[in-house]
Amino acid sequence: MIDVRGLVKTFGLKSVLRGLEFHVERGEFVALVGPNGAGKTTFLRILASLSRPSTGEVRVAGYRLPAQAAAVRIRLGVVSHQPLLYGDLTAEENLFFYSRMYGLINPERRVRAVLDMVGLQARRRDLVRQFSRGMQQRLAIGRAILHDPEILLFDEPHTGLDQEAAAMLDTLLRDVAARDRTVVMTSHNLDRAADLAQRIDILSKGVIAASVKRTEIDPLDLPKLYRSVTHV
Amino acid sequence: MSEIGTTKVLEDNLVTLRRTSGLGGYLRAIGAIVWKDLAAELRSRELLGAMLVFALLVVLIFNFALELDIRTRETVTSGVLWVTFAFAGTLGLNRSMAVEKDRGCLDGLLLAPVDRSALYFGKALGNLVFMLIVEAIVLPLYSVLYNTNLFQPGLLAVILLGSIGYVAVGTLLSSMAVQARTRDVLLPILLFPVVLPVLVPAVKASNGFLLGFEMAEIWSWLNLLIVYDVVFIAVAFMVFDYVVEE
Repeated sequence: MIDVRGLVKTFGLKSVLRGLEFHVERGEFVALVGPNGAGKTTFLRILASLSRPSTGEVRVAGYRLPAQAAAVRIRLGVVSHQPLLYGDLTAEENLFFYSRMYGLINPERRVRAVLDMVGLQARRRDLVRQFSRGMQQRLAIGRAILHDPEILLFDEPHTGLDQEAAAMLDTLLRDVAARDRTVVMTSHNLDRAADLAQRIDILSKGVIAASVKRTEIDPLDLPKLYRSVTHV
Repeated sequence: MSEIGTTKVLEDNLVTLRRTSGLGGYLRAIGAIVWKDLAAELRSRELLGAMLVFALLVVLIFNFALELDIRTRETVTSGVLWVTFAFAGTLGLNRSMAVEKDRGCLDGLLLAPVDRSALYFGKALGNLVFMLIVEAIVLPLYSVLYNTNLFQPGLLAVILLGSIGYVAVGTLLSSMAVQARTRDVLLPILLFPVVLPVLVPAVKASNGFLLGFEMAEIWSWLNLLIVYDVVFIAVAFMVFDYVVEE
């Protein structure tokens, strides 16, 4: 579903990704962990077609990036630590706006269903700027799944959430992943990554330094592995 | 729907998408962005409010600063008008893009499966509507304060053409400037030198209509204005994708 070979991304003289290799099968949930500055967000932005690779080959759902970006974008849902929602529009208006951008037929039905799914039906007419951070993040997930994408990219979706909101988000992430969607999530939190994902990839200094399946490693050994490959 | 924990699972996940690559999808995306900008502005009134107050203050300050006779007033009218529109327009352009950047909404737009030039045209049309609203309020006020008749079809056409050119360049440059930390300062510095080929013919053609010049004298400026409008729109159409992508 996602195939990345020899990916290099530089900003001026600084190399952020240095020949990164990455492969994800359909329906897999992969967590990408790593220290600050390892290149997690940059990598996710390239997969989302928001940033151009300097060199290397990136294929998402069989389409090449950046040449076939529009074909990739229709198959992609992205949630970042920012909600990508308009504060002066209501929850419902935000979803209707994105429905039109994605060319959804019968958006009323879909918007209603998504608001139900993220538990915000009762708050649909409230302005997004009045929402708590947790509610905004749930609506952000609703926005990302509005067009029922095959692939979901989550860039540190738990940032700024309290424990209750984070737990609610975890439930929602599990629900989404259970629907045979391919998920790539970046996280700082090893426990959360191990809890949610089937595979944990550790990104360090612009390359995947280690990749382990959750079934192949004791979660208690994960911090040790993380420290050994990231040298922290 | 079935309950799982605090959330619900969607059983009916049938989603039908229209083709977003055709002209219909392109126009729909432009319409959606314009609707979104207008709906958000109707609630907050931040952008229009700031533009209007600023424009009215500029007109008032000029009114007190230039205590001139009627003939001299007529000759400075087009200059004062375009200074007002350009400064108020910069304020609007900055705010319009800042709204997209602040909550990461620009990324939300860039993730939509439409040609990115549709995003440019959507934003530019929204900005044009705001600018025209401000101009529609400033013109009658200016007419009263300066005792000058500004409601001439020719002058109104020049204002429309000048605004199109100004917004065409401004939207492109504001989408560049918004990436910088110093965006508020950067936009005017980038914009005013680039937009001069629009402002100069707009001022000259406006002056021509206000002073009752022959159409033959005004046509050259009008042609120049139309040519620059087309050039700036074409350039923005071609480069917007590269401007907004990292």
